[in-house]
Amino acid sequence: MTYRSSVEIITEWDIVAARQLGRNEAKALGFGTVDQARITTAISELARNIYLYASIGIIAIERVEADTEKKIVVVATDQGPGIKDVRKVMEDGYSTSGGLGAGLPGVKRLMDSLDIQSVVGEGTTIRAEKWLR
Amino acid sequence: MVNQTERNLYIAQNFTRQLIQKNISPEDVISIHKNAVEQIFPNQMNELQPAYDFLIEVMVHYGMAHREHQSLLQKQAEYEMEMKIATNIQKTLLKTYVPNMKNIDIGMISVPIRKMNGDYVHFFHDGEEYLSVAVTDVVGKGVPAALCMSMVKYGLETLVYAYKDPSYVLEVINRVIEKGVDDSMFVSMFYGCLNVEQNIFSYASAGHEPALHYSAKNDQFFTLEAKGLLLGVLSETNYTFHEIVLEENDLIIMMTDGVTEFRVKEELNSREVITTLIKENRHLSAQQLCQLLYKEIERVQNFKLFDDFTVVILKK
Repeated sequence: MTYRSSVEIITEWDIVAARQLGRNEAKALGFGTVDQARITTAISELARNIYLYASIGIIAIERVEADTEKKIVVVATDQGPGIKDVRKVMEDGYSTSGGLGAGLPGVKRLMDSLDIQSVVGEGTTIRAEKWLR
Repeated sequence: MVNQTERNLYIAQNFTRQLIQKNISPEDVISIHKNAVEQIFPNQMNELQPAYDFLIEVMVHYGMAHREHQSLLQKQAEYEMEMKIATNIQKTLLKTYVPNMKNIDIGMISVPIRKMNGDYVHFFHDGEEYLSVAVTDVVGKGVPAALCMSMVKYGLETLVYAYKDPSYVLEVINRVIEKGVDDSMFVSMFYGCLNVEQNIFSYASAGHEPALHYSAKNDQFFTLEAKGLLLGVLSETNYTFHEIVLEENDLIIMMTDGVTEFRVKEELNSREVITTLIKENRHLSAQQLCQLLYKEIERVQNFKLFDDFTVVILKK
């Protein structure tokens, strides 16, 4: 079964709403405190990217509960400027984080997988998943 | 809570070492700590829970920074490995073969300041009749300088047919560099050719440090100056050559500016240091003189060199 819910990111406070939603879903699925914090931080980063670079977008949280696997899926969608060179933004030290470890490589490490689809001028969709072990 | 002892703290610190070795992230460490506290003091956990959760939340970000740091360190190790391989390739590529001749004693030393050398020396000789030497210095150091230098080397190698003509050699290499290398790259070169039988040394220079001629008969040094633009500035540049006669026990000293530019003790006249040293030790072989010069200048500059250091000495 998949439960899907989402938050629209327009103001900075919507980032908080997205975090809250993500944490609740992670908790409901059975993630421990540390993983809840990791998932929330990843959502925070993705929502912040939307707020800073695309101004408007959506964070959708999917809670997948099947017999064989349980996972949380975070999908960040925006119609912003898009990413010119995806390989570059996935390189450590490339983003403007300046050694804070943030940015998309950081999100990938907090989650289990990260997939980016982006078209310049049209927007970006980022899908991050984390399995419950 | 129980009293803390220094012994406990010491054990904890040793434990930290293991955690770091096993790459346990900061947020996990706090979580482990929280669980331990919960087991030992189950009654107090209700009050402490939010405080721990707050700390875990904060530490997730530290964990991110930590992992990025880890991955950058690994990247750096990879770069260093590549650099090491490149350095070895450069050493093979730009190896100078010093010819062994009956009537001319040749000495050479070239020490890079960084891993890769921005100086290069090339010899040509045709049996015992002619000996040519090119002393080059790329403006700049490290990898870019070394890449540029391999071009100079292959340019020189194509000139086997014309190596006796200093002006021509400089003109051709100038065109090669001007066409093939980035605008910000310049190379200086001193090129000399010795006609061993007639004892005539002809030379030309492209913005290079002047060479020195020690005349044994006069017991005096003469500066071998020649005007010429750096290589790679203008495609059609002419270089004029000059000639001197070499007599028994005369010396020719060619060098790069790493030898003559003193950054420590700037008040010292480097040319005076060099000429005095050579005059006092002129009985030594050309190679011994080169090594002595290096040792002495290194010492004068408090063992801190600031540029690649190259000297070539010819002794009649």
